[in-house]
Amino acid sequence: MLPFSGGSSNRSPNKNLSQKLDQRLDRGFVGLAAICGLAVPILLGAIACLVAIQSIDAIKYLGLSFITKVDWNVNQNSYGALAQIYGTLVSSAIALFIAVPTGIGIALFLTEDFKFMPKQLQTLLGFLVELLAAIPSVVYGLWGIFGLVPFLRFLLRFLGLPLQGGSMLPAALVLAVMILPTISAICREVLISLSKELRYAAMGLGATRWETILRILLPAAGSGILGAVMLGLGRAMGETMAVTMLIGNRDQIKFSILEPANTIAAQLATKFAEAEGIEVSTLMYAALILFVMTSIVNILAELLIIKRND
Amino acid sequence: MTDIRTDIRTGISLKHNPRSRRNLFGLLMTGLTLVATGLALLPLLAVIYYLLANGISQINPQLFTELIPPRGQGLSNAIAGTLTMVGLGALFSIPIGIMAAIYICEFGQNQPNLVLVIRFATNVLSGVPSIVVGVFTFGTVVLATRMLHLGSFSAIAGGVALGIVMLPIIIRTTEESLKLVPQDLRQGAVAIGATKLQTILYVVLPVALPAIITGTMVAIARASGETAPLIFTALSNQYFAKSLFQPTASLSVTIYTFATAPFIKQQQLAWAASLVLVGMILIANITARILSPKNLER
Repeated sequence: MLPFSGGSSNRSPNKNLSQKLDQRLDRGFVGLAAICGLAVPILLGAIACLVAIQSIDAIKYLGLSFITKVDWNVNQNSYGALAQIYGTLVSSAIALFIAVPTGIGIALFLTEDFKFMPKQLQTLLGFLVELLAAIPSVVYGLWGIFGLVPFLRFLLRFLGLPLQGGSMLPAALVLAVMILPTISAICREVLISLSKELRYAAMGLGATRWETILRILLPAAGSGILGAVMLGLGRAMGETMAVTMLIGNRDQIKFSILEPANTIAAQLATKFAEAEGIEVSTLMYAALILFVMTSIVNILAELLIIKRND
Repeated sequence: MTDIRTDIRTGISLKHNPRSRRNLFGLLMTGLTLVATGLALLPLLAVIYYLLANGISQINPQLFTELIPPRGQGLSNAIAGTLTMVGLGALFSIPIGIMAAIYICEFGQNQPNLVLVIRFATNVLSGVPSIVVGVFTFGTVVLATRMLHLGSFSAIAGGVALGIVMLPIIIRTTEESLKLVPQDLRQGAVAIGATKLQTILYVVLPVALPAIITGTMVAIARASGETAPLIFTALSNQYFAKSLFQPTASLSVTIYTFATAPFIKQQQLAWAASLVLVGMILIANITARILSPKNLER
């Protein structure tokens, strides 16, 4: 019933010809698919190579002092990205600190086995978490400026703490919201993939629901959850727009999370379009550092997840 | 006589005791998780509330007919720019992505290591920050068009950047869709003499199509909200771009610029643009959901 008359045609003079044509087409198709498949690792390699090549000038000029110095002076061509690296790591760490326990909690609620809530409520929760992931970064940034920052300022006034416009706290909070769907989705997959016998056995021995979760299931899911945490960390470090709009963009290292800070991604977003000369190469250097940091984290996540599947 | 529900060794009752330490601990944990979930969803509700409260009053016909400020009080060229660049990105990432997924799923069995490399690269690529994709596109497309005197910041560059963002999503979702096609169908096709091309084209792809479209819509939704890869590839434009080689406005970059603008009119326009953007993304996501195979089965 299929709409083709491939090799089964009995028009004998044309048979050989059409078969040959079919074979050629076939080989061409497989070849084309292989090329498209290969395009992905090549593209990834190209990104790494290009960013590395473009940053050679800055690497020669600045060396390793780039990552140990706090400075961004275009007029004196003096650059150091320590403040941005610090901001990237600290904002991501705070975001993880909030999002990991919450994400695991949501994953537990979304896993049917535990019957924390009726099915309809579960579907609704799943939909809301997906919605959280659908809202673009720039909209979170807009909401942060006009909603979250004024709200935090209002709250902190009771504690006698002044909050400037942009600072680490609102940026990290929005980051936490943004990585939450990633973490909860992967944790949920990991929890579902655990064999049911573990749960049956634990409960059969008299463990309560939370004892089963905390002492049996979460330890068993350990590497997968670590993979989820890594993916969340990678996303948080690379997240740009919301952070750029909320973190205050000041190159300084302050212990207080109420002070403005900066991240590598935010530095790229604010400086790149107008950069000239060595600053372009310097920003490429910063991009290279960000690329290496996120890639290491993502590769670790990938290895953890692959290990699980084996 | 001891109750049967008593531990023989210790004599402690085995009846469910809601006040036991262990059960109270469970209750406490459930409560804490519930509170955390509620707190996590609060921002979502707040974002939606702010979007509606600030955006709806701004929605009017001139939004779709006038240029962005300072040339007008609308978003027409930004909407056109976003659609153009997402379209351009889709134009190359959809065929390449689907073909790559076909290779992984259908032809990869002879080269398992290559498949592993492609899959690994896809996952790492999806983790590359979109701002780095922007930097890469700047270093390739923008600098190349500058060297050839074709232009500099352009819709082409923006489209390429968005396409790179979409590519891993399309590959992964297509791979998932192809895995859902029963193996019997492929064997049946091959058994009646179909070539590989015919099997894929006439048997496998039609079955997987709804799921593939779902994945593509998700990728399109994701790309339309991206800002970071556009700010120094497509830049922005106060007018309609006259060609694909000119700087091009987009909704997301417009939101970014006007969010920090000092004029209340422009801030209001940022909210209107956000509402339009989120509306577009939700339409794409809901279309994806409706077309998803789970829904078609019902």
